Amino acid sequence: MKKIENAAQLEAYRSQCAAERDPDRAMIAVCTGTGCQAHGCDKVVDLMRAELKSAGLADKVEVKTTGCHGYCEKGPLAVVRPEGILYQRVKEKNVADIVSQTIAKGEVLDKLLFFDPTTKERIKLEKDVPFYKLQERLVFGDNGYIDPTSIEDYLAIGGYKALQKALTEMTPDQVLAEVSEAGLRGRGGGGFATGRKWESAKKVAGEIKYVICNADEGDPGAYMDRSLLEGNPHAIVEGMMIGAFTIGATDGYVYVRNEYPQAVRNLQCAINRARELGLLGDNILGSGFNFDIHISKGGGAFVCGESSALIASIEGEVGEPRAKHIHMAESGLWGKPTVLNNVETWANVPLIINRGAAWYRGIGTAGSTGTKIFSLVGKVKNTGLVEVPMGISLRKIIFDIGGGITKNRAFKAVQTGGPSGGCIPEAHLDMPVDFDALTELGSMMGSGGMIVMDDQTCMVDVAKYFVAFLKGESCGKCTTCREGLQRMHEILVKITEGKGTMADLALLEEMAPVIQQGSMCGLGKTAPNPVLSTLRYFRDEYLAHINDKQCPAGVCKALMAS
Amino acid sequence: MSAERLSREVAALYDNNPANIIAMLQEMQNRNKNRYLPRPELEALAACLAVPVAKVYRIATFFKAFNLEPKGEHMVSLCVGTACHVRGAAKILTALEGELGIADGGTTSDLKFSIETVNCVGACALGPVAVINEEYFGELEAEMLPEILNRFR
Amino acid sequence: MIAITINGKKSEVERGTTILAAAAALNIKIPTLCNHELLEPYGACRLCLVEISDGDWSTVTTSCNYPITRPLVVETQSAAAVKARRMVLEMLIARCNTSPELNRLAAEHGLETSRFELRYDDCILCGQCERVCREVVGANAITFAQRGVDRVVVPPFGEEAEQCIGCGACVYVCPTGAIQIQEDGDRKIIDRWSRVLDLKYCSACGVEIAPVFQCDYFRKKADLPEDFFDLCRDCRVTQR
Repeated sequence: MKKIENAAQLEAYRSQCAAERDPDRAMIAVCTGTGCQAHGCDKVVDLMRAELKSAGLADKVEVKTTGCHGYCEKGPLAVVRPEGILYQRVKEKNVADIVSQTIAKGEVLDKLLFFDPTTKERIKLEKDVPFYKLQERLVFGDNGYIDPTSIEDYLAIGGYKALQKALTEMTPDQVLAEVSEAGLRGRGGGGFATGRKWESAKKVAGEIKYVICNADEGDPGAYMDRSLLEGNPHAIVEGMMIGAFTIGATDGYVYVRNEYPQAVRNLQCAINRARELGLLGDNILGSGFNFDIHISKGGGAFVCGESSALIASIEGEVGEPRAKHIHMAESGLWGKPTVLNNVETWANVPLIINRGAAWYRGIGTAGSTGTKIFSLVGKVKNTGLVEVPMGISLRKIIFDIGGGITKNRAFKAVQTGGPSGGCIPEAHLDMPVDFDALTELGSMMGSGGMIVMDDQTCMVDVAKYFVAFLKGESCGKCTTCREGLQRMHEILVKITEGKGTMADLALLEEMAPVIQQGSMCGLGKTAPNPVLSTLRYFRDEYLAHINDKQCPAGVCKALMAS
Repeated sequence: MSAERLSREVAALYDNNPANIIAMLQEMQNRNKNRYLPRPELEALAACLAVPVAKVYRIATFFKAFNLEPKGEHMVSLCVGTACHVRGAAKILTALEGELGIADGGTTSDLKFSIETVNCVGACALGPVAVINEEYFGELEAEMLPEILNRFR
Repeated sequence: MIAITINGKKSEVERGTTILAAAAALNIKIPTLCNHELLEPYGACRLCLVEISDGDWSTVTTSCNYPITRPLVVETQSAAAVKARRMVLEMLIARCNTSPELNRLAAEHGLETSRFELRYDDCILCGQCERVCREVVGANAITFAQRGVDRVVVPPFGEEAEQCIGCGACVYVCPTGAIQIQEDGDRKIIDRWSRVLDLKYCSACGVEIAPVFQCDYFRKKADLPEDFFDLCRDCRVTQR
């Protein structure tokens, strides 16, 4: 393939790719995300291809292996297009029927359709299934249409149009204005205004600047970034390129978790293909803009999600955070101006450039624009990844999209914001989900983990779990974090064993602010949150453990009636 | 292959640049049959890159991905992420430890199995879930373990 | 120059001066266990917490690594600062219950004992030994290893510190006295690093010079002649 040298050539190649991919052509899009792989989708795909071949339909119907569709609970998922029929829990034994009935004769297989427990009806189309119906899948939706290893698939759905627009029709100042105007805030946890970050780095003079993509998704129970990297890596590459063009960066790094081999493979493939086409490299689209992206694999340390530790790790040092009195925008990677955004933030950038800030602002709330992808997991019926407009209520997410609590048990809490987030009780389920509302509730947006808990979950045990997690992931440098978390854990163990006292509870509350104020990095500064938020909303459970020596949820072994 | 030759080869793959030391260690460990980093290899890499052994040792012990002791042929990675935790991963761990007679992080004396706990493998719909040699085992219950493990015995 | 007020005393400091240094210049002592004038600020012990404010905004922060870049009001003895430091000390004396230096500091903060379960470690992980060995001496004989609660300072592989030159800098900087150096006949021993070093004596007068390994280290580093350390300094001068 010859390199693409200018916008006209890119336009021509995109048209060619689109023409080769008639949207009205029959296609079976099979989800090959982690959840579906674990359910055996690979065998389904192989069989489907073989079956189509023997039926003489291989030329007419394409089996597309895509990234995660989000509805992991019902995997393996297969969507028959162009109709958009959703088949769920597709097993090898169903493949022959799908080919002979649906593909050959256009007959729908009822037994593979989603069964709505409320209406007791089978639902034919993906878009009508309640799980999808209330979502607004702007960032995540393309996952169901493209083969992540094909840059042509991405081009055919309008890929690299935003890059083309930025490079050939806009100045860096205009791009910056658009992103700032859109109100995009960091999806990785902090919720810092992306435009302001970019502006600071842009202002600093310098030949060498960097953009970094934080793909060290360490929150247990969250896999949005993984699914984007695996399912739509070019969107992230394109977002980073636009950011780099804006601030004047020549190199980008993606820091990926070691536990995500498939994400690394798909991203590397995307980078290679973009290089081959000349979309990465020197003088991109004849604009004089030079840029390339490198992958840096993490070594397995949650603290590396912290920007200064992440940078240390890319530089080949241990992931120990450094004091951040000088902003990364001035002195980041190798002391150069650096912009670091997370996977989902970067993936939002092409959307904003393509469709404009005004459109983007129209989604979500005034302070939190756009959509957010959540990983809806735990004791919820429809486990999976959901993308919703900011401002939607927690209740809608958990009960309408998530289908409610497993086995119809009673809802107790939803934990958001990762290990250092907080647990939100029933009373606040109607709060609109946005950055500020969640912070007000003593939790946070975090990267988007949403863990649903029922009445069989013990909140003291949950606090103990998170503190144990953070204790193991602390780098160990600051006394407050290392010793503080260890001691908090000791006290929580005591309480769950029925040996806690009211003085212990007071000590927990006395330690918390010192750990918050006294620790250097975000991990320590937020580490007491799980304890504080459970104390705030579920104090009675602590009291039951301490005073009555009982675990109301029946989780703490030492307190079980013998 | 000697530790010296291995480290020269791996270092060259990453431009002999000490900034890439984490990637080099990952590569060396991946090439090792028991997926660990023997001391001579760490020392050889330090020499090859002209960095202190202390630095290489520090990195190798800081990150969870690196092992300084030999690991079993089959790595049983049990997810203890939050979603799996609320679905009872702790019970599975106890059962798994009992079944193999080793603790979390341990390796059986015949170097057949190792157990490690990991923080979320991104398959929350299947929780509790374990990964053995890149194969996923979901919706685990303690009673399922003997049969699963027998496949690898 | 930037105006700063510490405990009501006003002064002007150069941009980038740390709060700890600015306080020291005003004869205000802020307790610290990981700071040393020879070493880069590190911010591990968290004992030097002070309260800073600028108008309505205030926070508690470490003073050793906080560069002054705008006018600030600092209080080292405010209720919030003292409370925070007391908790840090309570955590530290629970870890290293027998350290006289820690107990002295704790008493100064009105702390008699710790409410946490007591342990008897002797190292508070301030990292002064590791940093002096790396930053000043350049021997890199010891290192931090592991992370979180398992964090330790050890020689590589937890065995003999093969790069240790026996200079004793780590012994000198250690605030808890956890590192000791001993002489045993013609050997120098640092137990903590499992290091045993043969001593070198002046070939003329027989006085002890330094460990052999240390002589070789400096000879190579400074490109000195092979026989440079055969003589002690005095004999070298008289023989010249």
